[in-house]
Amino acid sequence: MNIYLPIAEISVNVFLLLGMGGGVGFLSGLFGVGGGFLMTPLLIFIGVTPAVAVATEANQIMAASVSGVLAHWRRGNVDFKMGGVLLFGGALGSVSGVWLFTLLRGLGQLDLVISLCYVILLGVVGVLMLVESTRALFRMRRQADVRRKLHQHHWMHGLPFKMRFRKSKLYISALLPVMIGFIVGILAAIMGVGGGFIMVPAMIYLLGMPTSVVVGTSLFQIIFVTGTVTFLQATQNQTVDAILALILLTGGVIGAQVGTRVGTRLRGEHLRSLLALLVLAVCGKLAYDLIITPSDLFIIGASVGH
Amino acid sequence: MRLAPVLLSLAIVALALPTAAQNPLVADLSEHQIQITTGFTGTNVLLFGTVDEESDVVVVVRGPTQQTTVWRKGRFAGIWVNDRRVVFDDVPSFFAVRSSAPLDEITSDTIRARHGMGANFLRLRTADKSVSDVELAEFRAGLIRNKRRLGLFASEDERINFLGGQLFRTRLFFPANVPTGFYDVEVFMIRDGRVAHAQTTPLIVSKAGLGADVFFFAHRYSAFYGILAIILAAAAGALAAFIFRKN
Repeated sequence: MNIYLPIAEISVNVFLLLGMGGGVGFLSGLFGVGGGFLMTPLLIFIGVTPAVAVATEANQIMAASVSGVLAHWRRGNVDFKMGGVLLFGGALGSVSGVWLFTLLRGLGQLDLVISLCYVILLGVVGVLMLVESTRALFRMRRQADVRRKLHQHHWMHGLPFKMRFRKSKLYISALLPVMIGFIVGILAAIMGVGGGFIMVPAMIYLLGMPTSVVVGTSLFQIIFVTGTVTFLQATQNQTVDAILALILLTGGVIGAQVGTRVGTRLRGEHLRSLLALLVLAVCGKLAYDLIITPSDLFIIGASVGH
Repeated sequence: MRLAPVLLSLAIVALALPTAAQNPLVADLSEHQIQITTGFTGTNVLLFGTVDEESDVVVVVRGPTQQTTVWRKGRFAGIWVNDRRVVFDDVPSFFAVRSSAPLDEITSDTIRARHGMGANFLRLRTADKSVSDVELAEFRAGLIRNKRRLGLFASEDERINFLGGQLFRTRLFFPANVPTGFYDVEVFMIRDGRVAHAQTTPLIVSKAGLGADVFFFAHRYSAFYGILAIILAAAAGALAAFIFRKN
């Protein structure tokens, strides 16, 4: 059964879309990640233009984050003050990101920049995760438990505008979370990802936030950043396909429930190394496409303006 | 009093009949409107008509023209990037040519160029003065290749069939990604290598139903659409959390 997507302007099988939503939802439930970094490339592979894929994913991730944050909120795992500061940076970042997106689209280099951002980020995050999870596996075997400090003191702790975050038990410069939020906002606009896979490690390792509040707080921030991106993409580029987002969402919600259940039966280190391999596989595919000689050296670009 | 309009229309019909009988080319489409609905996967439109015996038929279908950018990729530091671009003005967004016999056998290149009979005979021009003729030819060929791959420039190998000596018919396929707008369907009657008669029939491609409403809303009231998309996402997320709240 095919459906004509009004904004993407292509006809796609509904069950393929539901399957993609379900598959990515399963993985995101299993690994506890948003899944935007998988869904955006998948949408591009099936023929949705990168511009529509990125903007629509922002809309879909927003819905997924709303359902995620409610669960964390009930358990009290959201640091609203930290979320608010991150959000401030995120709003600035998403405005700059959408502006950059429109600029690159006009220059005809948007697709390249999206691919390059994916290759670099997925490559770095994938390798780091693989190294970390492999080390953790070895540590478990040797039973050598090395105690670490709550967090180390770096140059970062000398920055001005210090704020107290009670829930996170931190007294740090507000500039740090603003900066992290800003970068994630740009990524959300350009790559169509929530940015959880950047933000969560940054919150743990850079800010030194307790792991328990990290996921809830990052989801809280992602809701607003993806909401801003949705609005800006809709008004500036008209690239948000709400019908596509709804179909993906339906599959995604069901997939995520199944994934979460399966995830509880697996060990964290195993999960992380599996996720790292998955991230590296997507990265490899995108890098390969950039390097191999295309079958046709000429392509029709997105029309400049409307 | 009632009789006057009847008589008038009878008179018109009487006057029109002989000319209709004399007109050697009559053609029409099975539909003059293609509606892109939610379930749209492409559609066939039947073109049919009559011509004089011993003549050939050529059909040229043109979609609304668009400014189209063609990029040539180049390799930089090992990766392929968009390197050089040429912007073509007035490229038909959709283009199809059908004929009852191979075009190079029934007509000349001059005639083909005049009426755009064949993608290679289209006047694809650019305002860009910096492009050399050789490069321009490459970009043109690239544009046509890409349009063919998208199904927007139809294959020119298919033939118009004759049923008997005068009646002809052919099926024109419009794919799912067909651009919206006003199309021109030109039918030419070719005799002795020249265009003896021509007729133009309009065709409208438009979005219809829910998809059309969404598209219109997204473009006309983009701020409302953005807000609505946000509300929808939030509601869907909250609903999902509510349904699966036990976990």
